Amino acid sequence: MNEAVVIPMEHGLLLAAILFLIGLLGVLVRRNIILILMSLEIMLNACGLAFIVAGAHWGIADGQIMFMLILSIAAAEVSVGLGLLLQVHRRFGSLDIDQASRMRG
Amino acid sequence: MLELGLFYIAATVSLVSTVLAVTRYNAAHALIYLIISLLASAIIFYLVGAPFAAVLEVVIYAGAIMVLFVFVIMLLNLGQSGNVAEHALLRPGMWIFPSVLCVILFVEIVYVLQSAERLLKGVVVGPKDVGLELFGPYVLAVEIASMLLLAGLVGAYHLGRRYFIDVRDQPTPPPSAALSGDDHE
Repeated sequence: MNEAVVIPMEHGLLLAAILFLIGLLGVLVRRNIILILMSLEIMLNACGLAFIVAGAHWGIADGQIMFMLILSIAAAEVSVGLGLLLQVHRRFGSLDIDQASRMRG
Repeated sequence: MLELGLFYIAATVSLVSTVLAVTRYNAAHALIYLIISLLASAIIFYLVGAPFAAVLEVVIYAGAIMVLFVFVIMLLNLGQSGNVAEHALLRPGMWIFPSVLCVILFVEIVYVLQSAERLLKGVVVGPKDVGLELFGPYVLAVEIASMLLLAGLVGAYHLGRRYFIDVRDQPTPPPSAALSGDDHE
């Protein structure tokens, strides 16, 4: 109890930034739609981590509330994204997103 | 200092499993590593003093949203045909490293829960504070989130229906019926 060690905010934010970067690279590099959706989840989770760490640094509840809003955004995004994935799989027979790169206007 | 060490262990597990999740070839393996990454994030949330967010992370993120991914992967029956994929899944080499990561996280969470009052020296913002704040100044955000979830529900229902034409069965798809299908019914 003598030393009051709390986790430094910079390290938490650095972790969130690295996780966000990994997710961004995943979105840019991978061509499988499921993996792209997972990378989007990683990015959203990294944003939530940044909010939680910053909110905990100042000891307020706003960070957790922002995390809950991010959670609802992630749920809505995943449901719509997986519906789109089902349609792409039904229409093109594979999950390669490059096959869906042409618009038909 | 112990709390810092636990934080760095969880952060390392999170980073390693996230990198492995992004670089996996098989979607199911990537999903396993992604779940481990989310569990590590939940431990970090608990360590920095946000227990409610940690529970939400496990229940909603690692539970509900990842189960959606599992459903879709099983529904599409990706990769090779079923037996071969299952045989590959049952090989021990596929399971050892995720199990090691899970065991690290499990030992850590047991240790943290046993000595919580000694470890958590920062300010712990509990569920009561979050609820008071959420339904006080943030009540408009709650309403907007409910509208967003409703939009997600309607979108998922619309996109998941089967009335979209199947191009593989029909040689020449009618261009307009594909997208505006049965909107006027």
